[in-house]
Amino acid sequence: MSLMTDPISQIAFALALFALGLSILKLLSTSRLTVLFGARWTKFKASMKPRMRELKFSLRRVKDSPLSIVGICIIAFFVAIALLAPVLARPEDPDDPYRIPRDGFSPTPRPPNENHRFGTTEGQFDIYYGVIWGTRTAFRVSIIVVGAALLIGLVVGSIAGYYGGIVDEIFMRITDIFLAFPYIILAMAFVTAFGASLDSVMKALIIVWWPSYARLIRAEVLSVREEDYVEAAKAVGGSDFRVITRHVLPNSIYPVLVMASLDMGAVVLVAAAMSFLGLGAPVGYADWGQMIGFSRNWIVGPPGNPLAYWYTVVIPGLFIFFFVLGWNLLGDAFRDILDPKLRRR
Amino acid sequence: MRSYIIRRLLLLIPVLLGIILLIFALLQLFDPYQRAALYVRDPKQMRDVEGIIEKYHLNDPVYVQFYYWISEVLHGNLGWSKSINMRVSDALFYFLPATLELFIFAVPLTILIGMRLGRISAVHRDKPVDHVTRGLAIAGYSLPTFWLGLMLLMVFYGFFSGLFPPERLGVAADAYVNSAAFTRYTRINTLDAILNGELWILIDALRHLVLPVITLTVVNIAFVMRIMRSSMLEALGKGYVVTAKAKGLDEKTVINKHAGRNALIPVITVAGYLVAGLMAGAVITETVFNYKGLGWWSVNAAIQLDIPAVLGFVLFIGTVVVITNLVVDLLYAYVDPRIRLG
Repeated sequence: MSLMTDPISQIAFALALFALGLSILKLLSTSRLTVLFGARWTKFKASMKPRMRELKFSLRRVKDSPLSIVGICIIAFFVAIALLAPVLARPEDPDDPYRIPRDGFSPTPRPPNENHRFGTTEGQFDIYYGVIWGTRTAFRVSIIVVGAALLIGLVVGSIAGYYGGIVDEIFMRITDIFLAFPYIILAMAFVTAFGASLDSVMKALIIVWWPSYARLIRAEVLSVREEDYVEAAKAVGGSDFRVITRHVLPNSIYPVLVMASLDMGAVVLVAAAMSFLGLGAPVGYADWGQMIGFSRNWIVGPPGNPLAYWYTVVIPGLFIFFFVLGWNLLGDAFRDILDPKLRRR
Repeated sequence: MRSYIIRRLLLLIPVLLGIILLIFALLQLFDPYQRAALYVRDPKQMRDVEGIIEKYHLNDPVYVQFYYWISEVLHGNLGWSKSINMRVSDALFYFLPATLELFIFAVPLTILIGMRLGRISAVHRDKPVDHVTRGLAIAGYSLPTFWLGLMLLMVFYGFFSGLFPPERLGVAADAYVNSAAFTRYTRINTLDAILNGELWILIDALRHLVLPVITLTVVNIAFVMRIMRSSMLEALGKGYVVTAKAKGLDEKTVINKHAGRNALIPVITVAGYLVAGLMAGAVITETVFNYKGLGWWSVNAAIQLDIPAVLGFVLFIGTVVVITNLVVDLLYAYVDPRIRLG
């Protein structure tokens, strides 16, 4: 983090990455690889052909769906903010960039001015800085929670679905128990036990979230398990591990990806709610939910100017709302695009 | 039908047992001094924490602890909630009516509006109306509950101060409700007001309910709408709908009588999830509006590390959701014979 703090070298680095990506794409598009890798590449290309056709068809459906375009744009916008955070809001201490800088300790929020683009909250935390770095917090929380829940769900779900019988029965009864609770309520109990912090919130969310993935993956695996190609793979002597990872999972993963996309937003909603309630990030940590928590005593302005402190609640709230909206639009569009039942030609 | 009911009731046992085990596992994350409050019926007992630890074997192996804990739970003792100075079991029944009152208004609104929107969306599939309703639904789904609540507060408290106040009742109404002149039959304020024939209490209670109910409804509508839309789309593609159209029935009759009715069945199944969703929403809504119900109590308890209250609340919610799901499944089987016979 301390390495590249000045904006110019950061932009240069980003441009270099972009150029590298472009040249790789260029390389792939030419037939030079055929020369380099010979028959192997030709075979690979042939095997990819139907997949590419499917992908092209999917992309055309994306283009036809206005909602999915909006979703992609919103997410791209947030990715850009998260990547460019050190440029957009320079941290005072590069080693601790998530601490929101304070400008005094006065309890009364101050409206946007030239020093604080979006104003300050109670306790004079800079709102602009908080929402910019809060984007990174949001991505970190959602990626870690969804990633971990997905991984646990993948292992448990595929084992339960593939082997069936008593293993399946036990795993599914365990998930039943977790699914009897609304996420936020069970997570709240775990956070109380772990002690309020952002790490506790993430741990608690992983604990309450994995069963829904296990359930979904199990159901998908169950339906794929009986397919002929799985039988064939088993018949030629493929090990269980190979059959699951090479044949069963790739064919049951799409609904899981749709759910993961929807959950990226849902996780942030719950995590923000926890921080808002005072069970999440420590005071002064760049986190959207906490920023809204700061505004609770300043909802209604002084008589005659009821909206005096609007910026303390509206700005961080819009960030949460659009972040979640982006993922929901994306997930919803994916569902329509990938669902073979709705996939009309 | 009877054998189906028995089978479902038997399946309930392992899940309820699992919930109890989960709560017990959660309990083990705390140290014995924190846990002692779970065994207490009276705060005076807390003066002798060592004695409680001794008496309920809090330092003994897990299975010994489980025995002492479960026998307390089965005797209805969930401990002492220090955040409101009440027994947890009493507090549950003290706060339940407030949350129920929210649900009485929010559930029908959510279901009616959600189904209406889902149906419109399905009938006009891929038309602008469909895109707009779906867009709105996704937007409602993406709204942070607490933010929506705060925004409503900002607008209504700021511009119409006093029209929709926070908490459950105004000062005057609260004093009157707690006086001898008013009988609290159910502790559900609106219902009690009707039973007592006090119109002004009813109006006061309703005014306090408007904003929390709107908040709860908006964030849960999308869920019902989504199910209704896909279920309606499926029904519209069925053979009997095509037949009805082919024999020349007008569009309205086909949609209302043929597709609409059959599309209702899957919606019943979401009721269980809806209760869970509303409960999660109530936790936040009640906190934002300072509406003293179960959710408000649980959040306060979590912040003040009132462990018996948090665990008691979680146990209660888990049980309620499981039983709701059971009732829903039975209803579903009753409505749709294919389920119980299949």
